[in-house]
Amino acid sequence: MDLWKPQPVGRLPRFRQSLSRKSCVLDQLLQHCLNALVLGGTYALLGIGLTLIFGIMRVVNFTHGELYSFGAYMMFMFVMLLHLDFFLSLVLAMLLGIALGAAIEFLLLRKLRGADIDTTMLVMIGAWIAMQNLEQLVWSGVAKSIKTPFPSSPLVMGALSVSWNRLFVLAVALGLILCTYALVNRTRLGRAMRATFQDPDTAALMGVDIGTIYMSTFALGSGLAAAAGALLGPIFVVTPTMGDLASLKAFAIVILGGLGNIVGATIGGFILAFIEELGAGYISSGYRDAMGFLLIIAILLVRPTGLFSRKERIG
Amino acid sequence: MQSSLKSVIAATGILLFASAAWAQDTVKVGVSEPLTGAFAASGNYVTQGAQLAADAINKSGGVLGKKLELIVEDNKSNPTEAVDTAERLIVKDKVPVLMGAWSSTLTLAVMPKLEEYKVPLLVETSSSGKITTSGNPYIFRISPTSEMEATAFAPLAKSLGIKKANFLVTNNDFGKGSMQEFTKMLKGQGVDIGAQETMEPDATDLSAQLAKIKAAGGDTLFVTTDVAQLTLILKQAKDQQITMRIITTGGSVAPDQLIDQAGDAANGSYHLVFFTPWFPDAVKNPDVAQNFTAAWKDKKYNVGGLTEGFRGWDGIYTIAAAINGAGKTEPEAIREALWKVKVKGVNGDISFIKQGPSGKESGQNVPSVYLVKIEGGKVVKQ
Repeated sequence: MDLWKPQPVGRLPRFRQSLSRKSCVLDQLLQHCLNALVLGGTYALLGIGLTLIFGIMRVVNFTHGELYSFGAYMMFMFVMLLHLDFFLSLVLAMLLGIALGAAIEFLLLRKLRGADIDTTMLVMIGAWIAMQNLEQLVWSGVAKSIKTPFPSSPLVMGALSVSWNRLFVLAVALGLILCTYALVNRTRLGRAMRATFQDPDTAALMGVDIGTIYMSTFALGSGLAAAAGALLGPIFVVTPTMGDLASLKAFAIVILGGLGNIVGATIGGFILAFIEELGAGYISSGYRDAMGFLLIIAILLVRPTGLFSRKERIG
Repeated sequence: MQSSLKSVIAATGILLFASAAWAQDTVKVGVSEPLTGAFAASGNYVTQGAQLAADAINKSGGVLGKKLELIVEDNKSNPTEAVDTAERLIVKDKVPVLMGAWSSTLTLAVMPKLEEYKVPLLVETSSSGKITTSGNPYIFRISPTSEMEATAFAPLAKSLGIKKANFLVTNNDFGKGSMQEFTKMLKGQGVDIGAQETMEPDATDLSAQLAKIKAAGGDTLFVTTDVAQLTLILKQAKDQQITMRIITTGGSVAPDQLIDQAGDAANGSYHLVFFTPWFPDAVKNPDVAQNFTAAWKDKKYNVGGLTEGFRGWDGIYTIAAAINGAGKTEPEAIREALWKVKVKGVNGDISFIKQGPSGKESGQNVPSVYLVKIEGGKVVKQ
């Protein structure tokens, strides 16, 4: 874990420098940590959706990033074109994400069940490209921005500051992560999901409707991706290719946290955010995106199944 | 069987003949712009401006008595795609001259293909110095180099009272080239340089870079990127309470779009632009600017795109002048003619001076540069 701690080489205040310089360095560190915390929440949200789908269905879901941009575009449509309430739009965008996920499962994946992982992967890559191009056709390539009801001046705490919108995103993201965790670990549906994850054939023999489990898993994962897009769209700008980097990072988080592990993906999301933020702040901002992936390579060399992977039953 | 084969051959022949005749009817110009991807906003504006110019030229008789036809390819903000589009335009569509490719990295990627096929490229936006100094005789640039921008800005460093400046630029030829030239110029003016941060062109979260810049202190932040990323920077700088004066370089910032998308956060920012549609009297050729603005508004294009769209207009007018000057649609003749063009453009008078190693010089225009400021949701003169 020492790898992602800040490397303050050459940046520590010298003895002769005044106290104010010292507090300035501390402020910067705290601001970086605050930024990373907010970013980590959304990374975790993206990661758990993907890890659920892979863990239970063994599907490498390349459309995850497209569900993310779909959520953002729905948000744009509801808020900016139909002038609906911001918070209502958020709920609608997530529900539509769930519906789209269910449709993808029904139209594409259902027929491929039992096909090998490469075939499914190719179909998902095709779906990803088709969805991205369709978005380009419908919305054009020009970036869109979404207005929010949050005050434009940030929340200020001494030298630190963070926008209200980002705090809201963090809160909702954490809420959704907790809900997902509770759903998987505390409900009947969740138990059926976990049973399917352990052994689909036995679960089916015990009366679990595997078809329903697969569809609800894919719909849930897609809904979470759409929610992440709908939450982040108003903070950033909305473009058809916004999902590419997001899905790349989601894959990284899932690998980091261990495939199929919700807690692992959550922690993985925060770790990635902290590495990026502190790496950009103290080492080199140009290599911001590379830094997270370098660490993932390092971790995989030591623990090839990810940081938090648990034992899987085989056969 | 025999006769049906014959008729197929005959039909093919007729089609071939027809398409050849059709090809003779227009003068083709290839355009490679980023219509999708990170620079999509700007690329679309430039393309719209180019199309308006072609329409206006065709309305007043076209070139060499034929209609000007733009063949537009999307380079997807991606250097590999940019090379691909250029090659396709030259080989498949047989265009004798190209315009493009918006970003410096895209243009630099295309350049070797120009030498390979000996076809000239009119560069309408890119600002990296390397483009005209690396010795490619097929390059003709109407946009200013970063060095020209920096030189034009030099007297303002004192009048704005800049003491310590920071940089946040895209991690590519455009951003880094601009940072290098402005650093050199500012140091010459006795200004201290603080943080010099870079970002990926498609990065959306810039909080780490901004926190570092805030910690570095200083009174001014120079930003070089396109309008979409700049929107994010202005919003996020406000979130982190950065009170430095923000000045953008490169002329790709569309202040109206910034006001629309960044809201409050755009207030107080300064922008180097190459066309000022807000002050029609301040431009060199008011009548040309008027024609362009009227055509733009006629089509109900986004007014925020005027500062980008004019590049396409000026580019196509320059190419049309060169084709008329050449008297034929051969790449080499057009290249020769580009050296002699004198065009009244939206930005000012366009003509080319020689830059780069002797014997292999590229053409470089000396454009006008203006500084504007956003105050209270309006663009004001500076």
